[in-house]
Amino acid sequence: MSAVVFAHHGMTPAERLRDAGWVAFVALVLGIPLIGLTTVDAGGRLEVATRFGMLALFVAVAFIGRIALRLTLDHLRVRRLGRERAAAAADGGRGLAQRIVTVLGWFALGAAFTLPLIFSGNRYVVDTATTVLIYVMLGWGLNVVVGLAGLLDLGYVAFYAVGAYSYALLSTQYGWGFWEALPVSGALAASFGILLGYPILRLRGDYLAIVTLGFGEIIRIILVNWTEFSNGPNGISSIPRPSFFGLEFTRRPAEGEQSFAAFFGLDYSPMQRLIFLYYVILVLALLTHAFVSRLRKLPVGRAWEALREDEIACRAMGMNTTNIKLSAFAIGAMLGGFAGVFFAARQGFISPESFVFTESAIVLAIVVLGGMGSQMGVVLAATLLVLIPEFGRNFAEYRMLLFGAAMVLIMVWKPGGLLSHREPTLRLDAPATGTEGAR
Amino acid sequence: MNALLSVHKLTMRFGGLTAIDELSLEVPAGKITGIIGPNGAGKTTLFNCLTGFYKPTSGHLRLAHPVRGEMRLERLASHKVVRDAQVVRTFQNIRLFPKMTVLENLIIAQHNRLQRASKFSLAGLFGLPGYRAAEAEAVERAATWLTRLKLESLADHAAGDLPYGIQRRIEIARALCVEPVLLCLDEPAAGLNPRESAELNELLVHLCRERGIAILLIEHDMSVVMNVSDHIGVINYGRKIAEGTPAQVQNDPQVIKAYLGEDDEDASGEVAA
Amino acid sequence: MAYALQQLINGLTLGAMYGLIAIGYTMVYGIIGMINFAHGDIFMVSAFIAVTCFTLLAAADVSSIPLALMFVLVVTIFFTSAYGWAVERVAYRPLRGATRLAPLISAIGMSIFLQNTVQLTQGARVKPIPPVIEGGIEVWNTADFAVQIGWSQLLIIVTTVVLMVAFNWMISHTAFGRQQRSCEQDRTMAALLGVNVDRTISLTFMLGAALAAVAGVMVTVYYGVVDFFIGFLAGIKAFTAAVLGGIGSLPGAMLGGLLIGLIESFWAAYLWAEYKDVATFGILCLVLMLRPSGLLGRPEVEKV
Repeated sequence: MSAVVFAHHGMTPAERLRDAGWVAFVALVLGIPLIGLTTVDAGGRLEVATRFGMLALFVAVAFIGRIALRLTLDHLRVRRLGRERAAAAADGGRGLAQRIVTVLGWFALGAAFTLPLIFSGNRYVVDTATTVLIYVMLGWGLNVVVGLAGLLDLGYVAFYAVGAYSYALLSTQYGWGFWEALPVSGALAASFGILLGYPILRLRGDYLAIVTLGFGEIIRIILVNWTEFSNGPNGISSIPRPSFFGLEFTRRPAEGEQSFAAFFGLDYSPMQRLIFLYYVILVLALLTHAFVSRLRKLPVGRAWEALREDEIACRAMGMNTTNIKLSAFAIGAMLGGFAGVFFAARQGFISPESFVFTESAIVLAIVVLGGMGSQMGVVLAATLLVLIPEFGRNFAEYRMLLFGAAMVLIMVWKPGGLLSHREPTLRLDAPATGTEGAR
Repeated sequence: MNALLSVHKLTMRFGGLTAIDELSLEVPAGKITGIIGPNGAGKTTLFNCLTGFYKPTSGHLRLAHPVRGEMRLERLASHKVVRDAQVVRTFQNIRLFPKMTVLENLIIAQHNRLQRASKFSLAGLFGLPGYRAAEAEAVERAATWLTRLKLESLADHAAGDLPYGIQRRIEIARALCVEPVLLCLDEPAAGLNPRESAELNELLVHLCRERGIAILLIEHDMSVVMNVSDHIGVINYGRKIAEGTPAQVQNDPQVIKAYLGEDDEDASGEVAA
Repeated sequence: MAYALQQLINGLTLGAMYGLIAIGYTMVYGIIGMINFAHGDIFMVSAFIAVTCFTLLAAADVSSIPLALMFVLVVTIFFTSAYGWAVERVAYRPLRGATRLAPLISAIGMSIFLQNTVQLTQGARVKPIPPVIEGGIEVWNTADFAVQIGWSQLLIIVTTVVLMVAFNWMISHTAFGRQQRSCEQDRTMAALLGVNVDRTISLTFMLGAALAAVAGVMVTVYYGVVDFFIGFLAGIKAFTAAVLGGIGSLPGAMLGGLLIGLIESFWAAYLWAEYKDVATFGILCLVLMLRPSGLLGRPEVEKV
C-alpha cells in the first residue's frame, strides 16, 4: 500500500493495472458521497439526487490519469537520472542556475517596466499585473518574518488591513494625501507588529502560528463589528486615489486642481490612472526589494537568518533574540502596511472582506512556494498564484479549486520551494558591500 | 592564584533532581581548566548555568572581568553573558547555523559589534564608511581565525554540509570571534580522529599561552584533558569529588571509583589512557 | 442562575464537539508534528455526508431514531475516514522529511481544495434537514426561566464521553496505541523496531477523521444546517482548543474543547455575542503567555 503513489520504475503492465485499479477504487469511495450523491432542494425540503454517470466518469479519469501519471513519472525519472549524471560530470550546475535566475530577474524587471506601455489599451492586463505586484510586495514583506527570521506568521493580513484602514480613515476623515499617509500608515502597522510580537516572543513554531492567526481574525472581527470606527461590513468607500505630484487622474479635477491629462496636453483616459497606479506599486515593490536585500546583508538580516537556523546558538553568540524577533515583526508589518495603503488607494473601497484568512494563507504560500527567503522565488510564486486562478476564470467556479490543487501539487513536486538556492550574504574572496543586481 | 571565575556553592535543581549540588570551583585566568566526570555528572548543566541558559537554584558565579571588574554571571541573561561578560561556549551537539556559510557563522558571532556600527541599520543601509570599516574589520578577524584553524578554503561553504570534525573547528572559531575572556568548550574532541584531536590540543595550548584566553574544558577524551589541562576538577552526581593537577587526579582513589566502580585493578591505567 | 446553568449545558455541548475535532489535530500533531489544516474541512465533508444520509433515510421512511443514527454514524465514519486517509496520502506523505512549512502549505491548499470541491459538487447553499431528535428534559424550572437539556445535547455529551474513554483506553492498551505512541516519540527508532510507520500514520489520520465524522453527525443533528464554510471556523476553534489544552495531549484536547465551548457560550450570553471569537483567541493568547505549552502539555525543557 505504501508504494501506491511513488512506486518504483520497472513495473509490469499487470502491476500498472493493479495500481491504477486501486486508485480508481479509492476514487470511487471518495466520489460516492460527494459526486455520486447530492442533495437538492425540492420545495422546502431536501431530496437526494444521484449522478452516477459523473461518478463513473470521475473513476475512469482517475484510472486513466493514474496510468498516464505513472508512465510520465517513470519516463521523467529516467531522464532526470541521465541529467544528474551529466550535471555531476560538468559540475558548477548550481552557479549556472544562479546565473539563470539573475538573468531572469533582469528580464522580469525589464518586462515589468515595459508591460503597461505594450498593453496600454488593455485594462485587464494592467489590472492583473498590479495585483501580481501587490502580492509580490506582500510576499517580500512576509519573507522577512517567515523566510528570513523563520517565525511562522499566519495572520499577516492583519498588517495589510491596518495599512489599508489607516490610509482610508486618514484620507476620508482628515483629508490626508496618499504620500503623507504612506509613512504614517507604515509606522502604524509596524507598531501593530511590535504589539503582536511582544506577548508571543516566548512561543515557538506552531503555537506562534495559531496566535498570529488569532490576531488576524481579531483585527478582522473588530473591523466588522466596530461600526463607528470602520463602518463595519459596509466598508469605507470613495477613498482618494494618489495623485501625480498634485496632478489628479480625473476627467474634471476638483476646484483649483489640475488634471494629469490637461497638464501634459493629453486626452483624458481612465487607463492613465491605472498605468500610473501600476508604476506606483512597481516602484514601491522595487524599493521594498532593495530595502530587504540590503537588510539581509546587514547585521539585522544575518541575525534574522541565524534566528531561523538556531535560536539557542544565537543566544550563545550574545544576540538579543527579543530585539531580533521584534525587528522582524516590525519590518514585515511595515511592508505589509505599505502594501495595504496602496491596496486601499487602488480599490477606492475597502471592507473587512478583503482581509480574511485566505489572504494570509495566499501570501504565506507565496513565500513558501517561492523558496523560503528567496526574493526571486516570491516573484515567481506570486505570478503563478495570481495567474492560475486568472487562467481558470473561463471556468470561473473552478478557479479556487485549481488554486488549492496547485498549492498541493507544487509543494509535493518541490518541497523546498521553486527557488531554494540561498546566496551567501558575503564571501571571503570579495567582501560584498553593495547590493547585487536583481537578486 | 588569581581566579578569573569562582563558582561558589552552586546548586541547580530540576524538580526533585539535583543536577549540581553545592559545587565550588575556581577557574584561573590564562590557564586551561578541565572538568571531567561520568556521563550525567552535571558538567553540561554547569555550563548552562555559567552561560545563562539556566538560572541556578542557589550559589554565586563571580567573574573577575579584566576590564569591567567583578560580574555576577547568574544574574545575567544568556545573551548578556556573552555580550558583556565575554564568556562564550560551544555545544556538545554542535550548534552552527547550518545553511549559512562558515564565514557568515563567524560574522554573526560579531553581531553586537557590527550592530552597533550599523547604527540601527541606518549606517549600514546607506553603506556609510564607519559601517563599512567595521564590516571589513569583522571579515578580517574572521579570516584570521579561519586561517589559524585551517578553514580558509571552506569559508564560503554552507556550514551544515561539512564533515563533523570540521564543524567542531568552526564552532570553536566562531566562539573565538566573540573575543572571549573565558572560553567554555563542551566536549570539543568528541567525534574527532586522533590527528584532529592532536591538532585540537595544540590549538588549545596556543589560545591559552599566546592569546591569554582562559579555557574551561569539558572532555571525555583523556588524551586531550590530561595533556593540556593545567588543573582538573572532577565531578560526580553534581558534586566535586576531586581537584588538582592531571597527575594528582589520575591517582585519586575517589576518581578511580567514580569512573570504574569499586574493586577494579587496572583503574588508573584506564583513566589515563 | 438558571440562565447560567443553561449556558453551561450549551457550552458543554459545543465544547464536546470542538473536543472531538481537536483530538484529530492533536493526534496528527503528536505523530508527525504538523498542523493538519485540512482537518476542519474533513469535518465539513463529514457533515455533508451526514446530511445526505439523513435525507436518504427520510426518503426511505426509516422511523427508528437509534437505528437511523447508527446507520448515519457508520456510513459517515467510513467515508470520512477514507477522506482522512486520502488527504494524508496525497498531500502529506510525499512531504515527510521536507521543511516544517511545506506540509502546512500543502494542508492549506488541501483545505481550499476540499472547500471548493464541496461547494461545486454539493452546492453553495445552506443545507437544512428536518430535526432528527426533538424535545428534551426540563431540568429545573424557576419562575421565569426553564433549564432544558435537549435529547440531542445529551446524546452529544454522552457520545463524546464514551468515545473519549474508549479512545484513551485504546491509546494506552492496544497494539495500535503502542505503535502510535512509539511513532510519536521517535519515528526512526519505531521503524527500526518493526513498527509500520506509514500504516500507523495513515491509521492516525483515519481515526482523527472518524472522530471528526462523529462531530459532523452531531453538528448536523444539533443545528440541522450545514454549509461548505463551517469547516474553517470549527477547524480553527478546534485547533485553538488543542493548543490551549496542550497539543499532543488527548485529555488536553478535550479539556481545551470544553473550555472554548464554555467561554464562547458564556461570553455570548453575558457580554458581546459578536466578539465571542475575540474572547476565544484572547484567552488562548493569555494562556500561552503564562503557560507556553498549554494547560496539560508537558512543558518543553529547553535542550541545550
